[in-house]
Amino acid sequence: MTMADLIVAPVVLPAFLAPLIVLWMRFDLRTQRVFSVAGMVVLLALALGLAASASLNPPQVYRLGNWEAPFGIVLVLDRLSALMLVLTAALGLAVVLYAIGSGWDKRGWHFHSLMQFQMMGINGAFLTGDAFNLFVFFEVLLIASYGLMIHAGGERRLKAGVQYVVYNLAGSTLFLIALGTIYSVTGSLSMADLAQKVAVMPASETGLLRVGAALLMIVFAVKAALVPFQFWLPATYTNAPGPVAALFAIMTKVGVYAIIRFYTLVFPMGGTIGALAQEVLLPAAAVSLVIGMVGVLGARDLGRTVAYAVIGSVGTMMLAFAQFTELATGAGLYYMVHSTLAAAALFLITDLVRERRGALGLSISPSAPIRANGLIAAFFFAGAIAMAGMPPLSGFLGKLMILEATRGVWWLWAVVLVTSLIAIVGFARAGSTVFWKAYAVEGEAPEAPRDASAPGLAFTAAGGLLAGLVALTLFAGPASAWLNATAAQLYTPQAYISAVMDGAYERAWSATSGHEGAADHTEEPGPAAPDAGH
Amino acid sequence: MEALVASAIGLMTAAGIYLILRLRTFPVVLGMSLLSYAVNVFLFATGRLAVNMPPILEHAGAATPGYTDPVPQALVLTAIVISFGMTAVVVMLSLGAFIEAGDDSIDLGPEEKTK
Repeated sequence: MTMADLIVAPVVLPAFLAPLIVLWMRFDLRTQRVFSVAGMVVLLALALGLAASASLNPPQVYRLGNWEAPFGIVLVLDRLSALMLVLTAALGLAVVLYAIGSGWDKRGWHFHSLMQFQMMGINGAFLTGDAFNLFVFFEVLLIASYGLMIHAGGERRLKAGVQYVVYNLAGSTLFLIALGTIYSVTGSLSMADLAQKVAVMPASETGLLRVGAALLMIVFAVKAALVPFQFWLPATYTNAPGPVAALFAIMTKVGVYAIIRFYTLVFPMGGTIGALAQEVLLPAAAVSLVIGMVGVLGARDLGRTVAYAVIGSVGTMMLAFAQFTELATGAGLYYMVHSTLAAAALFLITDLVRERRGALGLSISPSAPIRANGLIAAFFFAGAIAMAGMPPLSGFLGKLMILEATRGVWWLWAVVLVTSLIAIVGFARAGSTVFWKAYAVEGEAPEAPRDASAPGLAFTAAGGLLAGLVALTLFAGPASAWLNATAAQLYTPQAYISAVMDGAYERAWSATSGHEGAADHTEEPGPAAPDAGH
Repeated sequence: MEALVASAIGLMTAAGIYLILRLRTFPVVLGMSLLSYAVNVFLFATGRLAVNMPPILEHAGAATPGYTDPVPQALVLTAIVISFGMTAVVVMLSLGAFIEAGDDSIDLGPEEKTK
């Protein structure tokens, strides 16, 4: 078994564990927990191994069922995929540990198996090299997320769940329309094949293709919660169980990942569709950033504060990605890793607060000090400092890199800097009201947490994510060097394309009916075959 | 033929979008199903409309009477299965929300507190 065979493992392992947990251990929470944590640890080890392999090699391909690329589905491992796999697995481990520690996993059914299905969908979406397969993995991760979102039930959670599901179903429908449009023009759905065909398409025939590209952008913007498609996010994240909201921090990044992948590989800047992606993305990102950070200031509830911060951070990283330069993409990737960890940590910390405040919930109003007020406050402010982008944590470095990469674009600097100030004020107000004004309030502390089986574990999980931020700050040099190399790989899509497509037609031909004369048929079908159906 | 298929897709999409914008869950679920029908027919048409043709390339290069593109058929099959499952999920979810909340409005209501 070589490293290339292991590419499929991050999909297969959770796909195997999830039904096992449902069918075999459904009544035994302890076994479920053991297998769930073990699965996440193995997943993290796998992801790290794949990342090591990806950083040494050019993009590697796994052909499912050994079908060649334009006909079959391939999984492709490159540095960006590997990065996302590591991030997902690390986040998954922290979330599972927190769910066990806080007792969230026993408040409803099938938490651990849904988590595994969720991992399967996310990992598949990051690995696949086929556009329709991306749709399928989106659905897998969405179905699992519907289950997780309404975990433990409750009126408001179910209602927010209905909104979330309907919004995403509409998004999926749009995804299908976009894929259908692109297929009808190119006759292919394999990303590498699409990249080749789109690149040689004459400009006069790209009208329908542009429509497809723009529709795809809308779909991914819905997932990434870019303005004007961000409406689903605050209600969903606030009403989801704490650990699930933390996991959802990676879900917006699935949309961001898809945007990066498609608009560097299939529809590159200055290619067949011109600067369409940049023209659409830049204003959307800037408005997302402003709305997100103003939302942080305006929220009346700690959960919404963090949810709006997520919108703002997606806006920040998209400002970088929308430059479509290597330097800015490297900076954006650093900020993406940082903001995923920071958002997840803040959601876990918010949940620690909610568990301890009883009837008050998360509303930003003073109450008597909760248990472990000091520690939770320290955690919250560490997360908030990172999220707002103040020194000394990685948010500051990330924003600095983005500013460095966009030097000279004065309005962009203004947006980033002014919104940072707004975020600082927002977080400071929320945190000081909840944690510090508490000491001025007379009265008993709210009741103890409901059923935290191991609060230490919950604190460890949240602290672990914060430790990740500290590590990202301390090792910012090597990390950003690695991420810049990742960005460089993204802007040489030829490596990706040739890894998938080189020799594919010959191998496919020689595999059929044992043809000897493969050499006679090496002639590939014309790259642009708009009338594939005739 | 083309006009018929195109107008059917357009009509179903329009009705679907109208229903999705309603404030109650039942019309929204209906709208989602209509929209998924429209998408399925649309996907089917992306391989071009060919009547009475086999979805098989008999001999590449040889003079064949023509064929219909098999890929959209496979795509539609996947899309049908997924949208069917999703409809089931959204029906169960709306039922759950209806039973918990006592009404079937989509809105979260004025109460902003999360607990």
